[in-house]
Amino acid sequence: MFESLSDGLQSAFKSLRGKGKLTEANMRDGLKLVEQSMLEADVSYSVVQSFMQHVTEKATGRRVLMSLRPGEELVKIVYDELVEILGPVDSSLHLKSDGITVIMMCGLQGSGKTTTCGKLSQLLKEENIKPLLVAADLQRPAAIEQLRVIGRQLDVPVYAEDGASDPVKVCQAGVKQAQQEGARVVILDTAGRLAIDKELMDQLARIDKRVKPDQVYLVVDGMTGQDAVNSAGAFNEALELDGVVMTKLDGDARGGALLSVKHVTGVPIKFIGTGEHFDALEPFRPEGMTGRILQMGDMVAAAREA
Amino acid sequence: TKTSQVLNTDIRDLFKNDGRLVEDEFLGELFARLVRTDMGAGPAGRIRDDVATKFRGRKVEMEDILATIRDQVEAMLTQESAELSMADEGPTVILVVGVNGSGKTTSIAKLANRLTQEGNRVVLGAGDTFRAAAVEQLTIWSQRIGCEIVTGKPESDPASVAFATVQKAVDDNFDVAIVDTAGRLQTQTHLMQQLDKIRRVIGKPVPSAPHEVLLVLDATAGQNAISQARGFSEAAGCTGIVLSKLDGSAKGGVVIPIREQFELPVKFIGLGEGIDDMAAFDAPMFSQALFSDSLGKPE
Ligand SMILES: Nc1nc2c(ncn2[C@@H]2O[C@H](COP(=O)(O)OP(=O)(O)OP(=O)(O)O)[C@@H](O)[C@H]2O)c(=O)[nH]1
Ligand SMILES: Nc1nc2c(ncn2[C@@H]2O[C@H](COP(=O)(O)OP(=O)(O)OP(=O)(O)O)[C@@H](O)[C@H]2O)c(=O)[nH]1
Ligand SMILES: [Mg+2]
Ligand SMILES: [Mg+2]
Repeated sequence: MFESLSDGLQSAFKSLRGKGKLTEANMRDGLKLVEQSMLEADVSYSVVQSFMQHVTEKATGRRVLMSLRPGEELVKIVYDELVEILGPVDSSLHLKSDGITVIMMCGLQGSGKTTTCGKLSQLLKEENIKPLLVAADLQRPAAIEQLRVIGRQLDVPVYAEDGASDPVKVCQAGVKQAQQEGARVVILDTAGRLAIDKELMDQLARIDKRVKPDQVYLVVDGMTGQDAVNSAGAFNEALELDGVVMTKLDGDARGGALLSVKHVTGVPIKFIGTGEHFDALEPFRPEGMTGRILQMGDMVAAAREA
Repeated sequence: TKTSQVLNTDIRDLFKNDGRLVEDEFLGELFARLVRTDMGAGPAGRIRDDVATKFRGRKVEMEDILATIRDQVEAMLTQESAELSMADEGPTVILVVGVNGSGKTTSIAKLANRLTQEGNRVVLGAGDTFRAAAVEQLTIWSQRIGCEIVTGKPESDPASVAFATVQKAVDDNFDVAIVDTAGRLQTQTHLMQQLDKIRRVIGKPVPSAPHEVLLVLDATAGQNAISQARGFSEAAGCTGIVLSKLDGSAKGGVVIPIREQFELPVKFIGLGEGIDDMAAFDAPMFSQALFSDSLGKPE
């Protein structure tokens, strides 16, 4: 993929050389390659479409700066646009100055919710803030035990009720427990669910309504494909999300689904997960993610060579 | 059939009033429908261009075009056999691999349940000694199914658990041994090498093992699944795919380019979190669902 993208961009940029202005016509080939690259990075089709339209409008008629070649100018416009869309940066957990802050994690099955609960606890502990984890996944076999093990590993209290069947009650009791223990942050680990599973989505909305978490984060797998728009849209509709965490970015996934998620939810992207260990959580950086989605380092190089 | 009607459409259709003219807008819409299945921009573009070559300027129905594409996908995904390869004698050994959270452990439970119901004596090997409560998760499933399980200590060597499982299968005359592994990303070289070690170790008690190395792919995944198929095939010699989480709104179309590039057959699909939510892969059903709202229900 990269070989052809790089080669293609070089020839696309060649045809741009010496032109004083970017026009729809002279950008066409270059933009096609950008579009294809974004689709290969798993940005949803509809999101790519509206992005391309936006960039075309933005770039058309733009005078090419003397210091830049036309290809570089186009790449810069695309890059800056993506950085802007993925921002603004807000990695704060918005903890209350007094009282307990409740954070709820939600998402599809296996996206990395429980692990991210552990990572957030680690982060809080480093700041000398006491968290408490609540085992609200009553679905997956050994989900409670998984959270308990994580609690032991991090020396963080875990509230769990074996044999419970109503996650709303567990969450409420967990918040009470936090008050007694003097924890400042409660993190609710909910069960994974499909966005089209009405019953389970209703259950999540019920937790949201009755427990009133201060922050609701959607945990999205970095390898997600085109369906990201549907699932993120549904979670946002049911819950009014406050933030997004994208996991498993330690591999070679380009993570274009993040752009889809941002597009449909509009909420800040808080962190990215870069490993299975508790310290593998990084504050989100739009520049890094843009480079990753577009393989931009390479594209900039390609533009320069042209 | 509708298919042959479309393929036999000719210039006379120009004078028909029904249908839609195949021009840029139509082709764009088609491309969008194809890309949304996660088959990738490359394959989607090729199919679109093919339709453009054959039908540009003619009138057709989108549904008819999609029907021929379905047929092509079906033909491509139809495999000689989606059956599990079983050992000629002695226990059949199945190794299950995949990236983190793809659905390995749950798929093992479903498979074990299926095989048990078919009358096999099954033993599971809890080869994920890394993730918190991975052993407990598989143990709970083994209890629900009523099958045996071999476990090791947390953080112990997964290869030794795999070995012990297969050895037990030989000693106690089990029909099938299924070995779970920890999730790993295909880019993690040392963890991928560990899979090779597990493979070699289970070949000691049973020289013909493993008889299957199943790669569990999450249907929600996009183009990275191609890299997964490549990485896991190279490191662990995969023999088939389990496509999990097809009960959601994701289509799992990425198995199309995977099939093109690696010839890995899809053997099973996962359709939920329950023990019975697994079906043998069915190319017609899968192709049918590609462009519909839910499995089997046309849009
Ligand atoms: N490589 C990598 N693995 C991760 C990351 N985050 C989570 N994982 C792994 O992904 C798998 C699933 O993580 P969980 O935290 O159990 O996911 P979950 O969303 O709680 O899953 P359910 O509760 O079953 O819906 C585990 O193997 C984790 O170790 C990450 O950032 N990188
Ligand atoms: N909806 C749905 N959920 C599934 C399916 N298969 C697995 N899951 C869920 O996906 C999550 C992860 O499944 P696991 O079986 O633990 O995945 P894994 O690959 O073993 O995960 P790690 O061992 O952490 O790498 C769990 O919540 C499962 O219940 C499926 O076919 N459909
Ligand atoms: Mg969990
Ligand atoms: Mg597992």
